[in-house]
Amino acid sequence: MTVNGFLSHNRTVLYTAMALLAVALCLLLIMLVAGLKPVYLWTDLLIYLLLVIAMLFAAYASQHEHLRSPWLRVRHSRLGMMSVVILLAYVAIGLLDSVHFRPPAAHQERSTATTYTGEVLTILDVLLQPISSRVERTYSAPFATHAYTKETIERPDGTQVRDFPRLEFGGAHLGTQGEGAARDIAVNVVIAVLAALVIWAVHAYVIVLVLAGKHKTMVRDQVRAVAGGRTELPWREIMLTVFLVILAVTLTVQLGAKYHIFGTDKVGQDVYFQALKSIRTGLVIGTLTTLIMLPFAVLFGIMAGYFRGWIDDVIQYVYTTLNSIPGILLIAAAVLLLQVYMERNADAFNTTLERNDLKLLFLCMILGITSWTGLCRMLRGESLKLREMDYITAATAMGVRHMVIITRHILPNVMHIVLIAIVLDFSGLVLAEAVLSYVGIGVDPAMNSWGNMINQARFEMARDPMVWWSLLAAFIFMFILVLAANLFSDAVRDAFDPRLRARS
Amino acid sequence: MIAYIIRRILYAIPILIGVNLITFALFFIVNSPDDMARMHLGMKRVTDEAIVKWKQDHGYDRPLVYNGDQPGLSKVTDTIFFQNSVRLFVFDFGVADNGRDIGFDISQRMWPSLAIALPTFLTGLLVYITFALLMAFFRATYIDVWGVILCVMLMSVSGLFYIIGGQYLISKMLHLVPISGYDDGVHAFKFLVLPVLIGIVGGVGGSSRWYRTIFLEEIGKDFVRTARAKGLRETTVLFRHVLKNGMIPILTGVVVAIPLLFIGSLITESFFGIPGLGSYTIDAIGSQDFAIVRSMVFLGSVLYIIGLILTDISYTLVDPRIRLQ
Repeated sequence: MTVNGFLSHNRTVLYTAMALLAVALCLLLIMLVAGLKPVYLWTDLLIYLLLVIAMLFAAYASQHEHLRSPWLRVRHSRLGMMSVVILLAYVAIGLLDSVHFRPPAAHQERSTATTYTGEVLTILDVLLQPISSRVERTYSAPFATHAYTKETIERPDGTQVRDFPRLEFGGAHLGTQGEGAARDIAVNVVIAVLAALVIWAVHAYVIVLVLAGKHKTMVRDQVRAVAGGRTELPWREIMLTVFLVILAVTLTVQLGAKYHIFGTDKVGQDVYFQALKSIRTGLVIGTLTTLIMLPFAVLFGIMAGYFRGWIDDVIQYVYTTLNSIPGILLIAAAVLLLQVYMERNADAFNTTLERNDLKLLFLCMILGITSWTGLCRMLRGESLKLREMDYITAATAMGVRHMVIITRHILPNVMHIVLIAIVLDFSGLVLAEAVLSYVGIGVDPAMNSWGNMINQARFEMARDPMVWWSLLAAFIFMFILVLAANLFSDAVRDAFDPRLRARS
Repeated sequence: MIAYIIRRILYAIPILIGVNLITFALFFIVNSPDDMARMHLGMKRVTDEAIVKWKQDHGYDRPLVYNGDQPGLSKVTDTIFFQNSVRLFVFDFGVADNGRDIGFDISQRMWPSLAIALPTFLTGLLVYITFALLMAFFRATYIDVWGVILCVMLMSVSGLFYIIGGQYLISKMLHLVPISGYDDGVHAFKFLVLPVLIGIVGGVGGSSRWYRTIFLEEIGKDFVRTARAKGLRETTVLFRHVLKNGMIPILTGVVVAIPLLFIGSLITESFFGIPGLGSYTIDAIGSQDFAIVRSMVFLGSVLYIIGLILTDISYTLVDPRIRLQ
């Protein structure tokens, strides 16, 4: 295939890649101009790498019919496309949270070089500035204007009363007693819904215009087709989900700055902000684990199935041995040992952020070690079948080298299994993070993660009255992500599994 | 058959040796006993004498694999590898950091774990199969569609939520059963109901959906069509033909989990305060008692391998088509 052919086949992919590159360059430029110092964490770099790999794979898949047609089928699945929109929203937040930098210190000495604050921020932090910086003293319920516990307050006239103190930021624009909060919230919700409707309408109109132009139909007919669900892609469902996402954003903008949507935790941090920050941790665990284990699983699985003999025996032995250790115990053992190691080499890490980041990466590796065996076994079985195929026999007879046979004939034919495994593993890993953090062998307690939120909340369950919002926020955020991932993986599996296709 | 079982058992030995070597490498080579001692005594300002004493108290003062100072066979036996790792093969687990015998603790704590895990497993299997069969019976109707959607939603909820939510709703709001705790004998019942219930609810999504696919696969096969052509009723077809054949993959799939029931569930037991092996492990992880974690890793592997052997045997028992090679 010529370069021109490649380009014409991959125009969409190419454009997306260029757009991403442009965004990255712009970000770097903005940082330079604003005097920000970028900080590269290991997981950040791996996330960027993952992005590049995803682009390359998309380019590869768009050229190969056996990969392209299932994806086209995925696009026609209603639930699948709805979950894609949700997943993209999560990924966007995760990516915004993966660009770390140090802002310059406020007071600079003229003569010396620029100094930077010790604090490392992400784009998400900056975007959520009004939410993240509003720290109360302690617990407060969602949308509260007063704290959750009584304190002794000194009145202006000198007397002391025990009462719920007024929050510093929650509903601060209201009067001193926070009167009219319910009305204010209702007004803001209405404003947010209206704003979302307007923004959404503009988007929807543009999409309909493009569709009408593509199909050469009247705009009015196209609107009817979309509303009636008669379009080729499930645009009605996609637009509905997009509206929900936009609504979530406008609600955040309208209410997040004025109230604590999900209340505050023990040290007064906004719970909604924590839940948003936790998205990155969840995504990192769900994706990087697979990225790390994938090369091993694919290499060993194919080698075992293709070469058979003693190589097969050795690889089977290794994965049976690893598999026979209960996963959670192996993780526990490894993380315990990591803690010892990190405390011994405490000097090797510059900041706690870097240390926590490496810990997260190590957790991904350990999870990868415990989870690669399933995929490896499947790939071995598939390669065993494939190596008996006539075209492989022909290739062997013609003296094609083993490596070439593997990369050219076997790898492309097991690609769908790899893909299904990646998507299927994701939701399980996100849920596993919460359990591991609860056991105390997950991510660092100082890191934002849903597991840590739940873990802290379990002590608050015993309080009377109960503090339930941290728990609820973590569960809601997790549930939406995992549900979307499950529905998406169903769509992918249905599209790729030939057996299911033949039946329906 | 006997020869086959013996061969399977012999095949398990190298795997157990592998597990043993991995745990040895993890616990003694990656982190030396010195590190462990330093960690337990506090990281900063630990004197060498204190470390030596700690190692002596816990029996970690021997060389790793080869002891040149000892005569004869003791060169090999008087080492950490032999004393702390090889002995696991005869289930001699040694003592925990608090001086208790690990083997004794395990034999005591096994039963509460089993008291939760076994009812959960059996009742769960019954519930999941019933639900899956129901969906298969009403396939391609709204019952089936909504059943699957319900399954996916149940699957997407974190297991922690079921436990916390269940504890809150049933114990705190309705006061039906105590929140947590354990008692011997018949009195254990009221403590066991909630964890068993939650265990079943937590697994219903994934398992039912999986079993449904298995049943649907069987329904698509030729012998089902023949049965229908004979004029059998749909219920007869479902129970006599589909259920029976569908049980083969289901049973062989769950057999591997049976020995592991002894280990119990880490999360459930720690939430409900059940003095089983799961909470034992959690406490050991919390207090960084490496001896217990090491023992549990080995025990878990042994039980898993027993499960694998049982799976192979059950294949040959329920499915005569599989020839023993």
